[in-house]
Amino acid sequence: MENILEVKGLKTHFRFDEGIVRAVDGVDFRIRPQGTLGIVGESGCGKSITAMSIMRLLPRSAKIVDGQMLFRYPDSRNIEQIVDLAQVDEDGRTMLEIRGNRIAMIFQEPMTALSPVHTIGEQLVEAIRLHQDLSKREARNLGIEMLRKVGIPRAEQRIDDYSFQLSGGLRQRAMIAIALCNRPLLLIADEPTTALDVTIQAQILRLIRELQEEYAMAVMIITHNLGVIARMADEVAVMYRGRVVEFADVDSIFHAPKHPYTKALLRSIPKVDAPRTARLLSIRGTVPEPFAVVPGCPFHPRCDVAVAGLCNSGEPPALLPVRNGHAVACVLETEESRRYA
Amino acid sequence: MLNHTTGQAEAPILVEVKGLKKYFPIRSGLLRRQIAVRKAVDDVNFSIRQGEVLGLVGESGCGKTTTGLCVLRGLEPTGGSVTMHVDGNAVDLMQLNRERLRTFRRHAQMIFQDPFASLNPRMTVFDTVTEPLRAHGVTDRDTLQARALELMELVGLAPHYLRRYPHAFSGGQRQRIGIARALALNPKLIVADEPVSALDVSVQAQIINLLKDLQEQLNIAFLFISHDLGVVKHTCNRIAVMYAGKIVEEAPTDELYAAPKHPYTEALLSSVPRPDPRHRENEIILSGEVPDPAHLPGGCPFHPRCLYVEERCKHETPALTPIGPNRRVACLRAEELSLRGMST
Ligand SMILES: Nc1ncnc2c1ncn2[C@@H]1O[C@H](COP(=O)(O)OP(=O)(O)OP(=O)(O)O)[C@@H](O)[C@H]1O
Ligand SMILES: Nc1ncnc2c1ncn2[C@@H]1O[C@H](COP(=O)(O)OP(=O)(O)O)[C@@H](O)[C@H]1O
Ligand code: SF4
Ligand SMILES: [Mg+2]
Ligand SMILES: [Mg+2]
Repeated sequence: MENILEVKGLKTHFRFDEGIVRAVDGVDFRIRPQGTLGIVGESGCGKSITAMSIMRLLPRSAKIVDGQMLFRYPDSRNIEQIVDLAQVDEDGRTMLEIRGNRIAMIFQEPMTALSPVHTIGEQLVEAIRLHQDLSKREARNLGIEMLRKVGIPRAEQRIDDYSFQLSGGLRQRAMIAIALCNRPLLLIADEPTTALDVTIQAQILRLIRELQEEYAMAVMIITHNLGVIARMADEVAVMYRGRVVEFADVDSIFHAPKHPYTKALLRSIPKVDAPRTARLLSIRGTVPEPFAVVPGCPFHPRCDVAVAGLCNSGEPPALLPVRNGHAVACVLETEESRRYA
Repeated sequence: MLNHTTGQAEAPILVEVKGLKKYFPIRSGLLRRQIAVRKAVDDVNFSIRQGEVLGLVGESGCGKTTTGLCVLRGLEPTGGSVTMHVDGNAVDLMQLNRERLRTFRRHAQMIFQDPFASLNPRMTVFDTVTEPLRAHGVTDRDTLQARALELMELVGLAPHYLRRYPHAFSGGQRQRIGIARALALNPKLIVADEPVSALDVSVQAQIINLLKDLQEQLNIAFLFISHDLGVVKHTCNRIAVMYAGKIVEEAPTDELYAAPKHPYTEALLSSVPRPDPRHRENEIILSGEVPDPAHLPGGCPFHPRCLYVEERCKHETPALTPIGPNRRVACLRAEELSLRGMST
């Protein structure tokens, strides 16, 4: 396995009295070592639950019901391991070794992810000493070095601040410092800049790219912002209602998209760099509510090219390759490519 | 919106805002003594023509919402005037007493960012959209019913939704209800504060199109507040850029994007990630944080983050000055700088 992470057919469901919410219902993607995967999709499509499944930090009501998440990493004796994160015990030794160490995560709202009752320094020291054999003093020094690295001015003083004493941008930097203090192989960034202003967003995105290079790590960046995807990702998974509907390199996603949803999404954003038009091309309707069961392709009720009989019944279309590295979950596309193959 | 090239240059002025100020007290200590003021809005001037859409952009805390609220006196300004020209009369909203303000409000309405918080969960859609009419003394059930049906049609909602409560609706549908309520009294001006920011991308476009249609059909003027430079580009005739409580640049939309004159506008445009992987590099990254209007530096308020700062910028405060026929800018170096716009 050359990839650092391969997710295949992942399904994570919530079970309630009212029914089942299929939050993640067939997710496939891979992340290359040092590569950047962008995951994009509208609110509720399952991006965060996918990330939480990988981290094995799901709410109690959620269960991984199917699929594999193969993660390749060198263990503490530097022997290469491949584990299926879907199978390991979420509180077991393997997961403890991986979480926060081999795979780290940053969140949209650092305010809720950081502890309000511990200083930034205490949280850094704890995260470091969980995985590295360092004294408190050494861990604190490493912590200061990390805060400097993420561009926090006067790091040796700021380390004793609480998260609420920092501005939004500095807080996000502090969270990045905590996430990277054990030099993870994979950083999962869930909407890392959504709560920030554009000038601060530009700073943080550049910081993530610089640290990615320095640490030679892979990044999985989750966002609903296609601009952020275009700036950061080299491969992209487009999600709709719990499924990856298109996977391709970033240039193909933006310049040769194949799935009707990807195409419609790209048409509907008010682009800052496009000439103004009289109207935006919108996608009709809305994402159906989570409990609703949609037969056939999950996008068919909103799709302009849906074919009755083909798209609105049966199983949802599988994500199938149409070209090298480009995969699409649309009956029309895969029929097409089969015909010309 | 409307005619992009010629805009509404010929239309008469609808609203003129002069010297608008809103200072919030900063209190501290047990006795909550006032120790300073936060100049959230500080001497803001602009006007909007009939049927025109003026965009107000800037980063969080720069005073957009406060400006919008003060224009409608949803918040009492510390100073300034807001003159509306309606039916041949010029009325300064700041001079109106409570009662006259209430009746005058039918000309100017507000749409809010959060469609979830801005609707009363215990009111049906019918009660919500007809509330402004009832507040203005319309009680006849048939009149209310007829107007409610018209409004639903205008905002693209099925009539049977009138009997429902808002909790069952999606964000886009709730925003449509908020828009219907704002339209109920045929306003001349709508202040829309981040009306699409809380919505999903695919729904954003629907609401932007709806606002455009309404503006064309009904010739309503908008003060369109947003932090999203993509959204304002596609909705506004003219844009005012705010920084730390002041307008620092104002220009017709296409001119602002093609050739910004203020270093802050340049940086703002450059830092928006463009949805095209072929345009990746060389964004301008401003250092420093979004300013807090309680702690502003002397001289040009932007000078600590400005790439073109000179010694005099630290002492002299630039005023918003006309350059060219339709543009204003507040930068000491505006004439000599040649800044980068956004190529399309
Ligand atoms: N704790 C939870 N309990 C019940 N349902 C949940 C929970 N968390 C998520 N869900 C449901 O799972 C689905 C996927 O949610 P998820 O948080 O992954 O979406 P997302 O793509 O991250 O959206 P956003 O862009 O809004 O963050 C949604 O239908 C959501 O309502
Ligand atoms: N009710 C209030 N009391 C005190 N300060 C306020 C109040 N409302 C806004 N402010 C301050 O005024 C400034 C401008 O805020 P706001 O108009 O909401 O900005 P924007 O809408 O551009 O994000 C900010 O510094 C904010 O903290
Ligand atoms: S006045 Fe000086 S500091 Fe202010 S924007 Fe112009 S060049 Fe920059
Ligand atoms: Mg999420
Ligand atoms: Mg605001």
